Amino acid sequence: MGRTFRRGGIHPPDNKLSAGEAIKVMPLPETVTVMLSQHIGAPSSPQVAKGDKVLAGQLIASASGFVSANIHSPVSGTVTSIDSVPDAGGTRRPAITIKVEGDEWAEGIDRSSDVRKGCSLTPSQITEKIAAAGIVGMGGATFPTHVKLSVPPGKCAEYLIINGVECEPYLTSDHRVMLERGEELLEGVRILAKALGVKHSYIGIENNKRDAQKHLEGLLAGTTDIQVVPLKVQYPQGGEKQLIDAVVRREVPSGGLPIDVAVVVQNVGTALAVYEAVQKNKPLVERVVTVTGKKLGRPSNLLVRIGTPVSALIEYCGGMPDDTGKIICGGPMMGRAMANPDAPVTKGTSGILLMSGSESLRAPAAACIRCGKCGGACPMGLQPAMLYKLARHKLFERMEAFGAQDCIECGSCSFTCPASLPLLDYIRLGKGEVMKIMRARKA
Amino acid sequence: MSETLLFTILALCALGVLAALILYFVAQKFKVLEDPRIDNVEGILPGANCGGCGYPGCRGLAEALVKNDDISQMFCPVGGGATMKAVAEYLGKSAPEKEPQVAEIRCNGSCDKRPRTNIYDGASSCAVAASLYAGETGCSYGCLGCGDCVAACNFGALRMNPETGLPEVDAEKCTACGACVRACPRMIIELRKKGPKNRRVYVSCVNKEKGAIARKACQAACIACGKCAKVCPFGAIVVENNLAYIDSFKCKLCRKCVAECPTHAIVEVNFPPKKEIPPVAEKKDATDAKDAVVAPETVIRNDNTSAAAMAGKIENND
Repeated sequence: MGRTFRRGGIHPPDNKLSAGEAIKVMPLPETVTVMLSQHIGAPSSPQVAKGDKVLAGQLIASASGFVSANIHSPVSGTVTSIDSVPDAGGTRRPAITIKVEGDEWAEGIDRSSDVRKGCSLTPSQITEKIAAAGIVGMGGATFPTHVKLSVPPGKCAEYLIINGVECEPYLTSDHRVMLERGEELLEGVRILAKALGVKHSYIGIENNKRDAQKHLEGLLAGTTDIQVVPLKVQYPQGGEKQLIDAVVRREVPSGGLPIDVAVVVQNVGTALAVYEAVQKNKPLVERVVTVTGKKLGRPSNLLVRIGTPVSALIEYCGGMPDDTGKIICGGPMMGRAMANPDAPVTKGTSGILLMSGSESLRAPAAACIRCGKCGGACPMGLQPAMLYKLARHKLFERMEAFGAQDCIECGSCSFTCPASLPLLDYIRLGKGEVMKIMRARKA
Repeated sequence: MSETLLFTILALCALGVLAALILYFVAQKFKVLEDPRIDNVEGILPGANCGGCGYPGCRGLAEALVKNDDISQMFCPVGGGATMKAVAEYLGKSAPEKEPQVAEIRCNGSCDKRPRTNIYDGASSCAVAASLYAGETGCSYGCLGCGDCVAACNFGALRMNPETGLPEVDAEKCTACGACVRACPRMIIELRKKGPKNRRVYVSCVNKEKGAIARKACQAACIACGKCAKVCPFGAIVVENNLAYIDSFKCKLCRKCVAECPTHAIVEVNFPPKKEIPPVAEKKDATDAKDAVVAPETVIRNDNTSAAAMAGKIENND
């Protein structure tokens, strides 16, 4: 059977259409648009000017503050503008637009495919290198990795858990990375473990990816530092707190971080990026994106340069189907519908999902019948129906008492609701207000 | 049998008397003395309990009015100047003065002027939509059209116009309590001076994008060309962050900016329709405005305003 987290959870249909598709390198687009805010934290400050020639891998925007990340040019070419452009939601945000000219890389970047093993750097050197490479959590949360690796004084990390769960339906990018870049990935895990001073690492993989489990176990034969943990399929196992519960049976306290229970979680994509940054000197300029959808011509896993327009990805995979209802950035559970298909791929874009008109429609909301299904499905043990009502009545203080700030916005409640209530929409809104109240109290 | 009944009745009566005595003495002991004026002031207040004054309901305001010596910062938007005057007279304090205000929707992006780029099918709430993305149109500042303001209004002064997709304010019913202002996640609604004869001129746009971008998203957007600021004889218009704003206290309702605005983002309300022939119209226009300023002097207590306005008007006629 395998382990899983203990509270709540749902089983949405898998729909991993592109699981068998090998990662393909997407051809370079004509222009790339690099958003200055593609991580959690302060937007980066541009280091180039309009008209500058840049090389791929060259620093174009530097971190402005500790919780921020460097951004490197994903292509070589000329900077055509530094202006605000509409993001996936249509809101205009600052970005650097680069016209692609050839594919020249900055000096010192090793682009060969041979695997370099063994790292002689000290933990602080590794963290510095990761910060310099602008690596952020690639699972979608885009939290700067160097911040996660800087363990606060008085705390220490006991376990490193690598998140290979990919519990979102449709998405297969992490799955393919584990299958095709396994050796490099494990090297990245060892580097991360060294940076944290951790003796033992786990890789959590759900049982719907038996081939990845077997492949990594084969590569790990004879070693004891990393262990593959097969997990029972259940959404949202890829949530940090759920994964920690599933793998080491520890519960992160409310308002706390994984480091409070001596655990650090990193995504497999992040581990691969760490390997490339430390061993190959290659900053985070490309990532694997799953482009999928039931009506899409060729669902694929593409290695894409950051900043490539999403519309170009769709075009490359067979073009937009006629009856497309929604383009979703991310997976169907936590992803957001895009208002602007020309928005660029960012460091956190794990997938692009095209839903047909009928699939994408929300069922009309009916009245709550108090069946309690949402409470049963909530992996954080919250009462979504209650929180929904409180949010609708703007009773944000009471929402705090009901633990709204612990909501991980996984959408299990909305998925399971027989009345199709927009539970998460309102809880997310209320959570934002609760966070504001909590910050105001702290200040 | 009858003995048992009698005993029971007597025992209960004795208990009742005892409890009444205890209650009486406890009530005497823990009596809370409340200023009787609070009740009276509450009686004068309109009792809408809208919270527009910033206090929790009318009783909250009444308490504050009685307790504080300086009540110049308190104002009941529903009752207006008359109620405040009555309260101040009763309490023997000086009444706060405030111009009558009305909520103004500063977005003119109706369905025909602001083309849709996508369809929102989430929860029908502006707050939810605003927390998710930029909205159904290219304008990330304009009205989202889900009607949070309409739901917030306690006085039925707001309604959604199905043709334009925008909310409309009934100036007669609006008490300027500010509930809609707080409900709007885009901060489109502003409380503005009601103006003489309810005549107002305002910029009906809050888009802070550069002109070309704003215009592309909406035909009625302020493109910050600055023509209005140049033509305004009173310096009432400032263009800041790519957006023009008319100071309702400096504006003398000459409406030169309205005629100048290339996108018709500046809106006039409650003015009589203009005459067709230009020269006559201009003269007529000026007298109209003059009337407008002179007539309601009883409403506007600030004499300087109207005097300056008249001076301005006379210059214009020259």
